[in-house]
Amino acid sequence: MMSRLLSLRDSRAAAARPARRSAWWQRALPRGQSLVTAIPYGWLLLFFLVPFLFVLQISFSDVEIASPPYRALLSRAEDVVSLALNFGNYRYIFGDPLYFDAYLSSLYMAGVTTLICLVVGYPIAYTIARAPEAKRNTLLMLVMLPFWTSFLVRVYAWMGILDNEGLLNQALLALGLIDEPLQLMHTQLSVQIVMVYAYLPFMILPLFSNLVKLDGRLLEASADLGCRPWQTFLRVTLPLSKNGVIAGSMLVFIPAVGEFVIPELVGTPESLMIGKVLWMEFFDNNNWPMAASVTIVMVALLIAPIIYLHKREEKALARAAAR
Amino acid sequence: MQSKDISGFGKLTLGAGLAFLYVPILILIVYSFNASKLVTVWASFSTHWYGVLFNDDAVISAFGLSLKIALFSSAMSVVLGTIAGLVLARFGPFKGKSLFAGMLTAPMVMPEVITGLSMLLLFVEMQQWFGFPAERGMLTIWVGHVTLCMAYVTVVIRSRLVEMDRSVEEAAMDLGARPFKIFFQITLPIIAPAIASSFLLAFTLSIDDLVITAFLSGPGSTTLPQLIFSRVRLGLNPEINALATMTVLVVTLLVVGANRMMVKAERRRARLAAAA
Repeated sequence: MMSRLLSLRDSRAAAARPARRSAWWQRALPRGQSLVTAIPYGWLLLFFLVPFLFVLQISFSDVEIASPPYRALLSRAEDVVSLALNFGNYRYIFGDPLYFDAYLSSLYMAGVTTLICLVVGYPIAYTIARAPEAKRNTLLMLVMLPFWTSFLVRVYAWMGILDNEGLLNQALLALGLIDEPLQLMHTQLSVQIVMVYAYLPFMILPLFSNLVKLDGRLLEASADLGCRPWQTFLRVTLPLSKNGVIAGSMLVFIPAVGEFVIPELVGTPESLMIGKVLWMEFFDNNNWPMAASVTIVMVALLIAPIIYLHKREEKALARAAAR
Repeated sequence: MQSKDISGFGKLTLGAGLAFLYVPILILIVYSFNASKLVTVWASFSTHWYGVLFNDDAVISAFGLSLKIALFSSAMSVVLGTIAGLVLARFGPFKGKSLFAGMLTAPMVMPEVITGLSMLLLFVEMQQWFGFPAERGMLTIWVGHVTLCMAYVTVVIRSRLVEMDRSVEEAAMDLGARPFKIFFQITLPIIAPAIASSFLLAFTLSIDDLVITAFLSGPGSTTLPQLIFSRVRLGLNPEINALATMTVLVVTLLVVGANRMMVKAERRRARLAAAA
């Protein structure tokens, strides 16, 4: 409403003035608004979008012992500008099983994490959404509180539990369930457990905000018409919460693919996740072009789910605004 | 959707879920009071490691730097994020809006290694072209954190603006107030609680960030998460337990306090709405 009024006032003012060709940004938005918009827009263009062009550029470069450690793509010798593109990094990524396996295992780990988070998170979100209103807020805060505490602290907390001399092994030994400590730390299992633990709140929150809007009368109607509780769940609740399930799954899956801290702290040295590969190429091998290529391939993998999530969220917001 | 009380199955689920979330943190806290140097072997109760922690100069200076960066980045990201939220919620469609909205969603879900590396490469190129920024450090970390946090701030502010009752804004407009005046005198006071909570969110994101920071920091600028990470990499460390306990304590107090404040504000609003 405000925007329409604003543009109305602006167009009236424009009509009073002699017609002048306006720049594209003035055509896109009324003047005062375009100035305001330019601030965050400019920031994001410069610090979020433009950097990807540099990543793309450097991914076609070669390593050089220099500072910064890569060769410029354009070079000038005797007034001849030459462009040298190096596709070797990409050939390496698709040819070398190390990289290919790392991508594959990252997608696998992220997928399993998403699935477990969904199975564990759904009943929790459902229970909180169905709780009396007075308790709902407190329960939600209890679930979200660990999300506010440091990510590193949450990962570290598991290191003490999963360690070979850790508390889980101590407990299992004391109960006589095992005779010697299990290798829990630095396994696929430990990475999986900690990833579920770290990403669970990202699943619960969108599920909750979706389920809380579910009309309880629909469940009563379903029960009255003879559905058993699990039938009601499968035929009514689950289909109606589809948007929450998709949003939560994306919010877990996308960042989990590039996870670095968890595989670094509790993972195995042999099985690499792609976030860790990128980190090692950059920090340990000082191979910036390779790190850039790994990044570009990761972006190519994740851009579709990111756009999909974004489109859905925008649609949901437009619906909320229309109400 | 609600029922009279939580069902038996619900209680079981919640109990198990909360246990999964809290038992690791509780164990961490208990073992921070362990006298032994071995984190997982209980010796006796002691506050020894807290003494070590508070006399650890590296921890204290890293904490100071993290605090400074978090304050500056949350302040800036609240300003930029509020503007962005306003643009998306109020300015209607414009050319390039979907790119704008997309650039605000992406940093939230994009793996941080990607964001970190790409920003670093930008700064390296900028240095080659303009000689600025001369070195990586607080400034470059600040830019990275602002970019990450403003996306979260925008989401909070935008959804508050979308659900807000616009009749007061429209009344002010009908009475001839200029858009700037409307924003500062009407809109801003109404969304103040959302701004406060987004500041808190931005602050916790910034003070906790490791990956983006690692790419954007230079020699001599070690933040607290970087310090914790470098020590934890070497294995369990009772001093880190003490530090983690302090973190949990501070965050809990902040979040519970903020939540209380929000609930009170919400009730007041509901009362006023009912009275009107």
